[in-house]
Amino acid sequence: MRNVVYFLIIGSLIALVGEFQSWNLALSIINLCIISAIMALGVNIQWGYAGLFNVGIMGFAALGGLAAMLISMPPVREAWSAGGLGVIAGIGSLILTVVLAVMSYRRMHGKRFRLFIVVLTSLVGYFVMRSFFDPASDVIEKVNPAASGYLGGLGLPILLAWPVGGVLAGAAAWLVGKITLGLRADYLAIATLGISEIIVAMLKNEDWMTRGVKNVVGLPRPVPYEINLQQSDWFIQLCTRLETDPVTFSSIFVKLCYAGLFGLVLLVILYLSEKALRSPWGRMMRAIRDNEISSEAMGKDVKARHLQVFVLGSVVVGIAGAMLTTLDGQLTPSSYQPLRFTFLIWVMVIVGGSGNNWGAILGGFVIWFFWIQSEPMGIWLMDTLTSQMDSDSALRTHLIDSAQHMRLMTMGLILLLTLRFSPRGLIPEKNAHH
Amino acid sequence: MELLNALALLSNYVLVPALAYGSQLALGALGVTLVFGILRFSNFAHGDTMAFGTMVTILFTWWFQSMGIHLGPLPTALLAMPFGIIFCAAYVLATDRLVYRFYRSKRSDPVIYLIASVGVMFVTNGIVRFIIGPDDQNFADGERFIIKAREFKNLTGLSEGVSVKLSQGITFFTMIIVVSLLFWFLNKTRSGKSMRAYSDNEDLALLSGINPDRVVAITWILAAALATIAGTLYGLDKSFKPFTYFQLLLPIFAAAIVGGLGNPLGAIAGGFVIAFSEIMITYAYKRVIAYLVPGDWVPDGLVQLLSTDYKFAVSFVILLLVLLVRPNGIFKGTGV
Repeated sequence: MRNVVYFLIIGSLIALVGEFQSWNLALSIINLCIISAIMALGVNIQWGYAGLFNVGIMGFAALGGLAAMLISMPPVREAWSAGGLGVIAGIGSLILTVVLAVMSYRRMHGKRFRLFIVVLTSLVGYFVMRSFFDPASDVIEKVNPAASGYLGGLGLPILLAWPVGGVLAGAAAWLVGKITLGLRADYLAIATLGISEIIVAMLKNEDWMTRGVKNVVGLPRPVPYEINLQQSDWFIQLCTRLETDPVTFSSIFVKLCYAGLFGLVLLVILYLSEKALRSPWGRMMRAIRDNEISSEAMGKDVKARHLQVFVLGSVVVGIAGAMLTTLDGQLTPSSYQPLRFTFLIWVMVIVGGSGNNWGAILGGFVIWFFWIQSEPMGIWLMDTLTSQMDSDSALRTHLIDSAQHMRLMTMGLILLLTLRFSPRGLIPEKNAHH
Repeated sequence: MELLNALALLSNYVLVPALAYGSQLALGALGVTLVFGILRFSNFAHGDTMAFGTMVTILFTWWFQSMGIHLGPLPTALLAMPFGIIFCAAYVLATDRLVYRFYRSKRSDPVIYLIASVGVMFVTNGIVRFIIGPDDQNFADGERFIIKAREFKNLTGLSEGVSVKLSQGITFFTMIIVVSLLFWFLNKTRSGKSMRAYSDNEDLALLSGINPDRVVAITWILAAALATIAGTLYGLDKSFKPFTYFQLLLPIFAAAIVGGLGNPLGAIAGGFVIAFSEIMITYAYKRVIAYLVPGDWVPDGLVQLLSTDYKFAVSFVILLLVLLVRPNGIFKGTGV
């Protein structure tokens, strides 16, 4: 019952925004709330089900974004004919190197010798790969640099990118998890922090793939364009029947389409997560989380289960990342900031209620709503507090300029206060044996 | 002669910068490793603690500069650093009192500390940006160089110069002094010994009458001092920007883990391992090779193993290699 009230409160808050600010704004808040909720669900799978601390959410979301671009953009034929072969050879040699390194690690004996061979194989492979990549990326980046200068994508429907983004993120998670799971919890945290920095650095610097900081704009949409709507007869008829202005309503209509798609994904993931949580598998995961040693004594392979749940959670984050880039319609590598993409999601999970999927969703909605609305609130607050001061006093302008940094502080405080006074969150986990 | 020129080139672009950067990382990693040894968690707020201490130092530096107080050829920041340490220690002790003490009394799981430290990181980050802003701040003054490249060339007659910035020299010497003081403290004083005992075996230490609150407080003060010194030196050498300090977290953690978490000697070694690898792998060797091989053998490319944009990848790969081969670090991480 209390949980329903929470959702009603956040729902009416968003409705208030729609009524007093604009429905356009309210709908964009809802869309981002849904995406945040999906990311929070993914993190909740890792943290709430298994107690794994992932500090690299940003990287997995960025991989999803990369997938959205790679799947949907049309290929740049000129660039492909110039450097496509080199890139394919580079990727081929990379795969060959990895296969050789893994095979020699598996087949050989003697710890030192084996390591030496693996390092040697990787080094040689690295140079071979670079010898293909470097000239290829040079020519690719020279093909019409102002407009393209990259290979483009596959030109497929962007909806296909959502599962692909999940696969990419899952693959990266598998790699990190394979090495660091089973060691101290701190190591997993630091390794995920590292991989996410590297992924974002790659997005920013591999111009032949992502155009780097020049951004890829104009990703094809899965929903109609406003301008096409405004020109179609059925839409104009709909507008006259609803007595609204076609221009405003077209943008609301587009956002509603997105909200429908995103809501569908959210429901599917929520359904699967709830099913999983209530299944024997979910009980096993919680048993492992609550007592690893006794679960191991029962014959459970803790490390393998951790790896499984870590990959699953990252897949969900990757899907959400692809959805976010779809909504933005562009890939902007410099927008991936750890505070926004990693730590904000953590606040959502902790505040919502770790281990409870509904809690993660509520957390996603509440925290995103306040994150977005706290900036105008902060500026208003500073403006009011300093209204007695001289209007051009340095302190006043500094305080008003700094209002946006207040929200970092506020989010940190919310996290610390929740952790201290209500560690189980707004919607606590059910049947917790604590 | 050619060989000497190649060596000079390497010293200028690899050896000297890596020594300075390694010293900064070592001091940062020492703070992380001390907190880990005593409180048993990886402090994610350490990068922002560095930023906080540096910020206070910068504010005092500006104040001193405006009053006309200078240290002559040395940067004024050295004079301001003690104040930075005091304020930073007070701040860190306050976070311990308000945040971590509660979890200690409940004997919470280490991962709860991790999340709490993320919260502290957020708040600290917000405070720093609120007070000094998110932009670059330059606060270095005094002389810029110990040896200029031109002076070196005139002195030795080589065509390649080695320049040593004053900040690099100060960094290296401060590191040596601070590390000697720290080891003297840990090995010779009563408080230091009680810290090591606490880190080795908490229950036994409590049984023998060591006051845990005192040990924890000393640890935080040491961590704050190390963070402020590391942060100020880094800021003098490069520049101060809050986000850069957050990003330093990865190489610092890598240094602490590579050396063995909880092991101070390891943290220093780890700092230099990370710094040297990072700079050696991202340096373009073309000109060095040009001195060593006949003219037509010189390759066309820059002969750079990895672009500097990927310097984080170096810390990361070393970290993964160490975790694969020796999960406890080069020196066994057995505690302070």
